[in-house]
Amino acid sequence: MRLWRRAERGLGSGKPGGSGFKGVRREEERRRGVFTRRALLLGAGQLGLFGFLGSRLYRLQSEEGERYATLAEENRVSARLIPPPRGRILDRNGQVVAGNQLNWRALLVAEQTQDVGATLDTFSRIVPLTEQERARIERELRRRRRFVPVAVREFLSWEDMARIEVNAPDLPGILIDVGTTRLYPEGEHLSHLVGYVAPPAERDMDGDPLLELPGIRVGRAGIERHHDLLLRGRAGAVQLEVNAVGRVIRELDRREGVPGQDVQLSVDAGLQKALRGRIEEGTSVVVMDARNGEVLAMASQPSFDPNVFNAGVSAAQWRQWTSNRATPLINKATNGLYAPGSTFKMIVGLAGLEARVVAPGDRVFCPGHMDLGDTRFHCWQRHGHGSLDLRGAIKLSCDVYFYEVARRLGIDRIAAMANRFGLGTELDIELPGTKKGLVPTRAWRQAQGKPWNLGDTVVHGIGQGFYQLTPLQLATMTARLATGRAVQPHLTRMVGGKPGRGAKAEDWPSLGIPERDLKLMREGMWAVVNEPGGTALGARLPAALGVMAGKTGSVQVRRVSREQRERGFKAENQPREWRPHALFVAFAPYDNPLYAVSVVVEHGMSGAGAAAPLARDAMVEVFNRLRPAAGQRVAEAGR
Amino acid sequence: MSVTYERRLLTRDRGFGLLQKLWLIPWSFVLLLCAIAAVGYVALYSAGGGSAEPYAAKHALRFGFGLVLMLSIAMIDIRFIARLAWVGYATGIALLVLVLLHGNVGKGAQRWIDIGPLQLQPSELMKIMLVLGLAAWFQRASWERMGNLLFLIPPALAVLLPVGLILKQPNLGTALITGMVGAAVFFAAGTRWWKFALAAGGVAVAAPIAYEHLHDYQRARITTFLDPESDPLGAGYNIIQSKIALGSGGLWGKGFLQGTQGHLNFLPEKQTDFIFTMIAEEFGLVGALTVLGLLSLVLVFCFGVALRCRHQFGRLIAVGLGTNFFLYVFVNVAMVTGSIPVGGVPLPLISHGGSAMLTTMLGFGLLLSVYVHRDAEFGPARD
Repeated sequence: MRLWRRAERGLGSGKPGGSGFKGVRREEERRRGVFTRRALLLGAGQLGLFGFLGSRLYRLQSEEGERYATLAEENRVSARLIPPPRGRILDRNGQVVAGNQLNWRALLVAEQTQDVGATLDTFSRIVPLTEQERARIERELRRRRRFVPVAVREFLSWEDMARIEVNAPDLPGILIDVGTTRLYPEGEHLSHLVGYVAPPAERDMDGDPLLELPGIRVGRAGIERHHDLLLRGRAGAVQLEVNAVGRVIRELDRREGVPGQDVQLSVDAGLQKALRGRIEEGTSVVVMDARNGEVLAMASQPSFDPNVFNAGVSAAQWRQWTSNRATPLINKATNGLYAPGSTFKMIVGLAGLEARVVAPGDRVFCPGHMDLGDTRFHCWQRHGHGSLDLRGAIKLSCDVYFYEVARRLGIDRIAAMANRFGLGTELDIELPGTKKGLVPTRAWRQAQGKPWNLGDTVVHGIGQGFYQLTPLQLATMTARLATGRAVQPHLTRMVGGKPGRGAKAEDWPSLGIPERDLKLMREGMWAVVNEPGGTALGARLPAALGVMAGKTGSVQVRRVSREQRERGFKAENQPREWRPHALFVAFAPYDNPLYAVSVVVEHGMSGAGAAAPLARDAMVEVFNRLRPAAGQRVAEAGR
Repeated sequence: MSVTYERRLLTRDRGFGLLQKLWLIPWSFVLLLCAIAAVGYVALYSAGGGSAEPYAAKHALRFGFGLVLMLSIAMIDIRFIARLAWVGYATGIALLVLVLLHGNVGKGAQRWIDIGPLQLQPSELMKIMLVLGLAAWFQRASWERMGNLLFLIPPALAVLLPVGLILKQPNLGTALITGMVGAAVFFAAGTRWWKFALAAGGVAVAAPIAYEHLHDYQRARITTFLDPESDPLGAGYNIIQSKIALGSGGLWGKGFLQGTQGHLNFLPEKQTDFIFTMIAEEFGLVGALTVLGLLSLVLVFCFGVALRCRHQFGRLIAVGLGTNFFLYVFVNVAMVTGSIPVGGVPLPLISHGGSAMLTTMLGFGLLLSVYVHRDAEFGPARD
């Protein structure tokens, strides 16, 4: 054997085996030797490579196994979110003012039909589809996988659904499914308070994965926006096993979400509707519970239908809203800015009493005007009121009396008192974007680079001038006058069944104004409505309901020149947009104040004529609705 | 000595009776093949989603048919086979030409001919016929003669011709395997080492030059073929998913019918090329190494037959077929583990596919014939 190996190494040096049996055998054994060694080499090499495969498998499956196990899990498990139902918004009586409506939709699953075109043709004969809808459906079908449903038509009526169901055998691939959409049953009546929802924009993305879901809506205005997080709830999640093309095989795990909480408002939907039925364009009415600040109604005319936002607002609709000078999208009760006019006189009176520049019994003579240097400031009563005390000055709304008090006070003490009554301050109302308004001070004017003159102070003493106040602030002022407490207006009564703050009068701190002073103001306001000669005698409540106290006001929107005044100025002869605004604030009952009201009628001219009757009607409505016993008495008295 | 002599006498004559031949068949090897086919049945049952249809039942049927074919061929006298080897080779070449002209092209540019219900891939058959042809050429060549360059030229052409035809399909993977099988037979027959070195050097020099002369689209095809990762949504995706499936199987696997990668269709071609991945995912490293071990035993048997055979023809056939079997397994497993970038090679006896099963069993039939007739008398070696 060794011989042959040497022979092979010699590379053919050995002679051929020669002839004969022995030679043949030697040659054969030599050949076999070469073969054996080479075959062993090949075999060993091949087994070695199998060993390499084994080591490769060991590395993949044992050493890196965990990493790949994670990758396999990521492959197969797909987490999906379940949208929670959005919380409802209820009025104070539990009536739903923002709810969830079932949205019946027809969906098409491409893989369940032989011919998508034919199915859509048949569908079109039952429920007509427009060209655009058809194009959208076909576009979505092309983009998605064949088992993903595509919406054919949303918001199906009962009739449409019935027709689709009846024709189901002719509509392979069509299935009916239900989602939810926001519904505002009261439509435009509460839209300024409740707000509306819309699909989230880029800036709404706050990291909540829920917002990524298709069809989700976020609060865009009003309570819907203020309490959006509470109403939204938290998304549930479901872990699904999916295959390579994304089809769901089975559900692995499910974590239920937290449904959005219901929010109960302090508003009475019926009252709101009744008030809105009474008022015209440019008018706003606020009705508050004077004891705890609950807003019972807040009406602003005109308004808009929030349901329109569900399906998306068309450009034409949007243009119509934004170009309308009556500003239907704006809640005038919180965002309309007006000077308070004579409704401000109680503040000046209180400031005067507190600063002791005037005593309750002090009398001022009103000749119909006050001269300051060479400027003459007129009283609304051209012939003058004669000698008046503070109570009488409020009753008759004498301007000269308050010119004099303001002159003695200076603007800053007036402004400080106004702020204590909520005027020019940010109120705690749950409506985003609410205006703070403006109560001018000397510093404010000087910051504008202008001097503050004594004449300015005098004018601001009767609520005219730079003031920019909202009807809500006026209602708050009235509630504070009536109770002496720093109540804050608010709309939320309960969240998720738990009462909101400040339900009791004692929850609110005292304003720190002597009851004696407040009483004097209230007496003046009582006289305005109930005493012969008062400026709003016609606004008296029916005797059975109780006694209302109030204060009229009117604000010029244009300066009245001396020539005009001398020629006998008549506001009613002016064009509408030049006529003064009419205001009225009131509370009732006089001896035990429960409700506060403010009314602003743009270009209504006279507070007594345009605003006071609305305030009276509002008060009657409140008593009828919230105090049935009192309402009963009215009904009996009427008979 | 006397027993051997008697047996030689027997084989030199009309051979021995059919019953005696059956007795000589290594039934342990047949049992080994049955075990591997059973593994295939189980894997295909899983690949069918826990059902014998559509893969596993057919697999069993084909294996049964293959067993009969294998045992029938095992009965044929090896010398008869040697005489007809050139006919087989010529038939293989003819089929390759035919498939180029009239064949169907499928995935991985494999070409096949439809013969009734069977899809025959001539390139598979060709590898076996090439082994037969080369073995017949070398059967009586002495050591001296193997050193003669002129003697080596015809068999070299006999290798290059089918390799060229298969390249033309174009199927680079199978062409390379065919070439390597041919080279293994050359090597075992005693071709001098330096000639291999020379040939390898020649290929190394020629390949870049040939590549330069290719059209751009041809080059692109080769690039994709050699490096599937450059096509991440196609073959690259498959390899990545295969590695995830293997790795996530871990040591003990996810359990029968529990493989998520396979059953959720992340794994492509799981009944053919990626069947090994399926097994490794469900039965883990332990299962994968067991299967690899069983396949190694087949390889060991092939070389065992080669070493025990007393004639050169049989030895070369055993080495050639063994190498062919090895290359199948190696390329397949190396591919699914992402070790080499070649695709389209099934795992013998386990993957679903009629043509591969038939050619594999045909090869084992020849191997068994060699084993049964290992002592047959051929003429003496000639210079």
